Amino acid sequence: MQARQKDSLLVASVKDSLGGAIITFALACVMIGLRVDVASGRGAELFLEHRWLAVAAAVVIVFAGRFAMNVFFWKREDPPSLNLSGFLPKGGLSTGTSSVLKYALLGLAVVLPFALMFWLGARGSRQYIDLAILVLTYVMLGWGLNIVVGLAGLLDLGYVAFYAVGAYSYALLAHYFGFSFWICLPLAGILAAFWGIILGFPVLRLRGDYLAIVTLAFGEIIRVVLLNWYQFTGGPDGLSGIPRPSFFGLEFTRGEGGFASFFGLDYSSIHRIIFLYYLIFAMALFTNFVTMRLRRMPIGRAWEALREDEIACRALGINTTTTKLTAFALGAMFAGFAGSFFATRQGFISPESFTFLESAIILAIVVLGGLGSQIGVVIAAIVMIGGFEFFREFEEYRMLVFGMIMVVIMVWKPRGLISSRTPSVALSKNAKGISADLVQEGHG
Amino acid sequence: MDYFLQQLINGVTLGSIYGLIAIGYTMVYGIIGMINFAHGDIFMVGSFIALVLIVALGITAATPVLLLILALALVLVVAMALTAVWGWTVERVAYRPLRGSFRLAPLITAIGASIALQNFVQVSQGAKNKPLQPLFSGSFQLTDGGADGSGFIVNLSYIQILIVVTTVILMGGFTYIINNTNLGRSQRACEQDRKMASLLGVNVDRTISLTFVMGASLASVAGLMFLLYYGVIDFYIGFLAGVKAFTAAVLGGIGSLPGAMLGGLLIGLIETFWSGYFSVEYKDVAAFSILAIVLIFMPEGLLGQPEVEKV
Repeated sequence: MQARQKDSLLVASVKDSLGGAIITFALACVMIGLRVDVASGRGAELFLEHRWLAVAAAVVIVFAGRFAMNVFFWKREDPPSLNLSGFLPKGGLSTGTSSVLKYALLGLAVVLPFALMFWLGARGSRQYIDLAILVLTYVMLGWGLNIVVGLAGLLDLGYVAFYAVGAYSYALLAHYFGFSFWICLPLAGILAAFWGIILGFPVLRLRGDYLAIVTLAFGEIIRVVLLNWYQFTGGPDGLSGIPRPSFFGLEFTRGEGGFASFFGLDYSSIHRIIFLYYLIFAMALFTNFVTMRLRRMPIGRAWEALREDEIACRALGINTTTTKLTAFALGAMFAGFAGSFFATRQGFISPESFTFLESAIILAIVVLGGLGSQIGVVIAAIVMIGGFEFFREFEEYRMLVFGMIMVVIMVWKPRGLISSRTPSVALSKNAKGISADLVQEGHG
Repeated sequence: MDYFLQQLINGVTLGSIYGLIAIGYTMVYGIIGMINFAHGDIFMVGSFIALVLIVALGITAATPVLLLILALALVLVVAMALTAVWGWTVERVAYRPLRGSFRLAPLITAIGASIALQNFVQVSQGAKNKPLQPLFSGSFQLTDGGADGSGFIVNLSYIQILIVVTTVILMGGFTYIINNTNLGRSQRACEQDRKMASLLGVNVDRTISLTFVMGASLASVAGLMFLLYYGVIDFYIGFLAGVKAFTAAVLGGIGSLPGAMLGGLLIGLIETFWSGYFSVEYKDVAAFSILAIVLIFMPEGLLGQPEVEKV
């Protein structure tokens, strides 16, 4: 018997591309080709719209695309190497490049508002500084979640609950007692940490995916309660008129006693934006500083030990209960800080802002950046949030693209963009980064 | 008592829908150990495909009963096939390249696929709610409300009968496939030990793909049921239904098929009774609290096997 004759390059490519085209047709024929719409006017009549051209276009694009890929890459005996990973350093960044990148980003973040003001003027730079504030908020949340997921290896899908607790703590304290931002900021952090412990207690025994689903459930419970406790939280209407922060007692207002008149500047609304920028920048740096210090302390080593192997951890006499609870509490605390910042920045909050999608985005930032990598979180936040806002014109399509990008980046680099770790403890002075493949992801 | 009976009927109907979705979760979790977050959205896509087909075929309440049933059967079959293609594609694009990769990677792609599917439907079908006029309006009255008409009238609508009967038939067929066919055997083999199964000549990739295909087609049945029962769908229904169904799968013991069905029924009943006797607003809180409590005291679920911790 002779081995089955191998198809020639062209025939094989055509076959494969035809398969792709048929699948595309099956996917598209109903969902794209026909659109059900509701007739306006009285009665809710449904009617159909036909868009067969779009289906044909999708099928042709997939066929042509697969055919080209087959002919030039996939089915070739000697595929030309188009090494996309070449753009990123092999095996991750060495410690040297990583620290250069770190200081470069830090320097950029320090001068960013003034550079933007210089180039674009107060009016033009406002939206970019706003975007930078948003990115920094996610960086802070990512760093906070990194303690729970990256260091302690506990998969938390309800992180946004603590963000909500922080935001609502500030908003409610300000609403009912008239407390100012600077009193509420630590209180919000403490309250969120407290909730972290309360929600952490019952899930101590759970592992891995069970932990994920219970934290998701807790996140939803908190959101549903906020949504339905109308008398206290304002329900779906949310809370508005949340006071703005002051700069050492100076309000950002026009006229006497305001920030501008105290420093002899002309009043401009951009002052407050720049102040908010530096506020979140300082808060994010504080998060990073605390995390990096804690990593070197016994508790931080206990977290990493817990992530690597829970049983060994217990055998070595580490109290896993307190280790897990501190991770939950600290992660929650930083989310609480970020939440109260969010409330004061927006001036209005509602349960709409704390959906599961937020949790998913924060987790995606942590994982895409490279679990446990601080700089990776920054890069992922810039790529995801910055890129997301950049495509604001394509309002309809951007969430679709966002989801696809998540899939593509993950398939391309499953270990995240920065996939090397500097070990917290090393024998030699010049510790080298190790590949993340050697790091466990924890079992919860 | 009559009110209780009515809630029981409604709960069983809702539970059947959850159970059908839960099977997709539990099978995928059993075989590759991941939460398929996009499954709820596959259910939503199935529901939309069914809606488009119903409108395209011009099925209305005015259609003669026999024709109506035939047409719905056709819709069901086509929707199952097309949704299966969606399930297959999601697995092929988002999960297969990451097989054997680290644990969180497929979870993130699943969330990404879920976001992408939701927004794809929003773009292609529009963000508005899609109300469908009820196709079956009749019902049996199980109680007459007493002689003076003061009692509670218990209704068992035709659509509820249809949902429960279809679910039972599908469950039967499905159990048969898992227990008695080659496909079922290879699925169970992959579930126990993927490497060993592939050494013994089971095509693991194909088996996993078929698992997704089966899960997706059951989800599309649930989608059609949901559409017929509630009469209105939008692109966001997948999330909540998905989370509830996953809750059901975990409650019943993840990886166990009867467990998924039992869990679905329980979640449906809890939700219905909670809305009936306490408050509608907090029905989700009730379902999730039950989940948390069950997991804390019985992490393996009701019918699941306890996980043995190995060093």
